[in-house]
Amino acid sequence: MTAFMKPFWQLVWRDLLLAWKEGGTLGVALGFYVVVVTMLPLSLGPDLNLLSRIAPGVLWVALLLAALLSLGRLFETDYEDGSLEVMATGPLPLAAVAAAKSLAHWLSTGLPLTGLAPLLGLLLNLPLEAHGLLLATMLAGTPAVSFLGAVGAALTMRARRSGLLLALLMLPLFVPTLSFGIAAVGAAQMGLDTALPSFLILVAISLASVVLAPLAAAAALRAQLE
Amino acid sequence: MRLTGNNLSAVRGGRTLFSGLGFSVDGGAALVLTGPNGVGKTTVLRIVAGLMPPAAGRIALEGGAAETPVGEQCHYIGHLAAIKTSLSIEENARFWSGFLGGAPGRLDAALDTFGLEALRDIPAGYLSAGQKRRLGLARLVLAERPLWLLDEPATSLDSAAQGILTGVVNEHLAAGGMVVAATHTALGFANARELRLGAGPGPA
Repeated sequence: MTAFMKPFWQLVWRDLLLAWKEGGTLGVALGFYVVVVTMLPLSLGPDLNLLSRIAPGVLWVALLLAALLSLGRLFETDYEDGSLEVMATGPLPLAAVAAAKSLAHWLSTGLPLTGLAPLLGLLLNLPLEAHGLLLATMLAGTPAVSFLGAVGAALTMRARRSGLLLALLMLPLFVPTLSFGIAAVGAAQMGLDTALPSFLILVAISLASVVLAPLAAAAALRAQLE
Repeated sequence: MRLTGNNLSAVRGGRTLFSGLGFSVDGGAALVLTGPNGVGKTTVLRIVAGLMPPAAGRIALEGGAAETPVGEQCHYIGHLAAIKTSLSIEENARFWSGFLGGAPGRLDAALDTFGLEALRDIPAGYLSAGQKRRLGLARLVLAERPLWLLDEPATSLDSAAQGILTGVVNEHLAAGGMVVAATHTALGFANARELRLGAGPGPA
């Protein structure tokens, strides 16, 4: 097991370094998130009650779409420059390669987007006491987005202009994450006691994705490499 | 150590590239695959590397680590250099060294061997095609693997770099390593045997 740890963290570190040096991917995701969420109150009008009611949903949906923007290239660049072939001959199983890249995606995109959400929550009149829970659901839910998204990214790796295909593939898989994330915040806002169960299911979805999605992504990668 | 391929066949896009292909390479020997374009040289290397399964037949490495797949005991140098253009040469090399489990001390030796020492802090995107190729080849020195699979390794290399490559390969062979290379140009590998693909009867 320890023999896997070094290549695993090397790959995570390299992807973080690339995300930092190339910068554009995160910039696009954050920019998209800010633009979508700020446009919405402008287009809906100044109904503060309406805004605060739809805030959790808007913040979650926009976060998902922003994350999808960067997921498409997760494996594509490594495939195009031949790195993926070399990784396939490395000591790390492809499932661990997929897991490392998903983890790096979460750290470099999921976390910054989550960090931005409370700021954007202010724009949508999300009650201050709901911010903590919103942040918690996003911290718990975004790993599922990155890890599940990696499956779609692996499947569409060789398709040109695969953004739409990726979105269509991922939509059904993201629905549980989305609905339980929003349900937890919504329930707390309305004073219902279903907030905790929804949150725990969200955590369960995330944990299951972290374990299972890399296996599916590895199978897709292997098929695509042939 | 001995690499054997038995009765291999490969189908690409519904077309049979080759069938009944057999070869064996002993430790310290090189096998040079030759033949016209599209005859399946790259496919043979990819099958040995475990990147694609053969339609029939099998690959075996006797005397290697029994638990480890053949693919993880080889260096695969394909058409692409596996380089990140926004990382420096050193960062690229350091990543592959760590990922492939190379000894940290070999990093300098690898860059030095392929004449990249002076360029180590430059982003790889500024390199010429030949320099990128050298950086790709530096993986051979970064981590130790008994079997080297080289697909047109001399592409875009100048004559000095070709000499370096031949030297590195011959050193590897002298240490008991194995090399399977697909090439159109004679590279002067020691103890090399040629396997000409597509020479047999039937449609190429």
